[in-house]
Amino acid sequence: MTVSRLESAPGTAVPGRCVQGRVMTQPLTGEVLARRIKEVLGGVVDDANATDVWVRPQSVLEVCRFLKETPDLGFDFLNSISGVDYVEYFEVVYHLTSLVYNHSTVVKTRVYGREEPTVPSVLPVWRGADLQEREVYDLMGIVFAGHPNLKRIMLWEGFPGHPLRRDWSEPDYPYTWPHGG
Amino acid sequence: MPLRTEPITINLGPQHPSTHGVFRLRVTFDGEVIQDVEPVFGYLHRGSEKLAEERTYTQVITLTDRLDYVASMTSNQAYVIACEKLTGIHPPERGLYLRVIAAELQRVASHLVAIGFFLQDLGAFATPLMYCFRERERILDLFEMLCGARITLSYMRIGGVFQDAPEEFWPALRRFLDEMPGYADELDALLSENEVVVARTRGIGVLPADLLINASATGPVLRASGVAWDLRKKDPYDVYDRLEFDVVTASRSDNYDRYYVRLQEIRQALRILEQCYRDIPEGPVRATLSNLVRPPVGEAYGRVESPKGELGYYLVSDGSISPYRCRVRSPSLINLTLLRELLMGWKLADLVVSFGSIDINMGEVDR
Repeated sequence: MTVSRLESAPGTAVPGRCVQGRVMTQPLTGEVLARRIKEVLGGVVDDANATDVWVRPQSVLEVCRFLKETPDLGFDFLNSISGVDYVEYFEVVYHLTSLVYNHSTVVKTRVYGREEPTVPSVLPVWRGADLQEREVYDLMGIVFAGHPNLKRIMLWEGFPGHPLRRDWSEPDYPYTWPHGG
Repeated sequence: MPLRTEPITINLGPQHPSTHGVFRLRVTFDGEVIQDVEPVFGYLHRGSEKLAEERTYTQVITLTDRLDYVASMTSNQAYVIACEKLTGIHPPERGLYLRVIAAELQRVASHLVAIGFFLQDLGAFATPLMYCFRERERILDLFEMLCGARITLSYMRIGGVFQDAPEEFWPALRRFLDEMPGYADELDALLSENEVVVARTRGIGVLPADLLINASATGPVLRASGVAWDLRKKDPYDVYDRLEFDVVTASRSDNYDRYYVRLQEIRQALRILEQCYRDIPEGPVRATLSNLVRPPVGEAYGRVESPKGELGYYLVSDGSISPYRCRVRSPSLINLTLLRELLMGWKLADLVVSFGSIDINMGEVDR
């Protein structure tokens, strides 16, 4: 059997997938993005600064869908979902990139309350949210409504609390070795 | 009488030799065909993100070594780049070049491990693995000269690197650069047109490019589908904008392409190393600052192209000596999002091969 190695020769990129020439990922400012979101979705934007835009927790899904499906924004790639506990509130941070235009942005949402803070899942928009939302749920205790398989990922079922919260402290385990000693 | 089959669920792992660490899969088979896959994570979870909150910014570097322990250099690099974005420190030129040299050596080492274990998973027991490890050993020797450690390196620092390379490093690097291309050719000749390798990997585990982008896959897994997305080109850090190299892509996005992209990336890494060896300037290797870094209030997301994909650190600072939040965007975990699509419908014998072609590291998956 002969195989032509040219089949996977370097430099055979899918045409039109990535814009050539732009050398750095351009961050879109939060103000610009906030204006674009307000034009279409109305008052879902809480706040914006030079780098980030804050949106209402209940409208995260529609904002994300807008960011992904608007042709000149085209945020087709979800870098990461992070949860941060600011004690007063939780912040869920979405780092987004467009592979087509090579620009990036940071979308955030503040969610108040320590008992079951809830944010809609962005899984319908990006499959990449699947394991990350489970991780944030497991370690930070933020519930992603609409996630089909929201269960603990790193820790076991029945683990007391969510360890990345600032008020979590290690319980004193009555630890004994199985065979004495 | 027609034969009736019924699905059977078996556990693969956590102590399975081909799962690259403590990883467990619950697989449902219909006969030999995979019907459903459920990955179970967390056997190596050490709570690195929580531990980072109790350490100073410099001490966290030692934690990053232990995430992806076959590519510690790039873990270091991603973290210190995030810290430098946070603090606004600019490392001196020689430090940046040394970082790129270390990171590219690490890329070669990590891809060698990936290729070796991929072949091991195919059933080529030990021989290709030992060929790969023979070369990796020399890279570890170079690391030992740089920082005294072989695996958990902690070589990089905020504002540069730990120390300048010793005198004997440069002739050793030269010898490695002279000999390694021949070894890469040898590996290529041994494996790339091998009939068994091609028959077992060509056309198996195909993942379409759109799905991979949607599932946040990065690194060789994404590039094997034809998407030329490499942060070294698209969002250059350190001195990558001054270096010449090609982004390796392939078009079929199957197990073979993922292997082949890695093999070609070894050659590109050697090209980068040659240029760094030629161009590295004299001077200090580290910005003058105290070990107790105290960044201003703020946040930063630093990312690099690690051998596995986009490795990012999201750091939040409250102005104290330790990070308020240190989140790791781990490519190994996120590349596993499509595990079900990768394996479903294929046979048991393809399971470990497809899984090996993603190249994960459990230290980074579980953190």
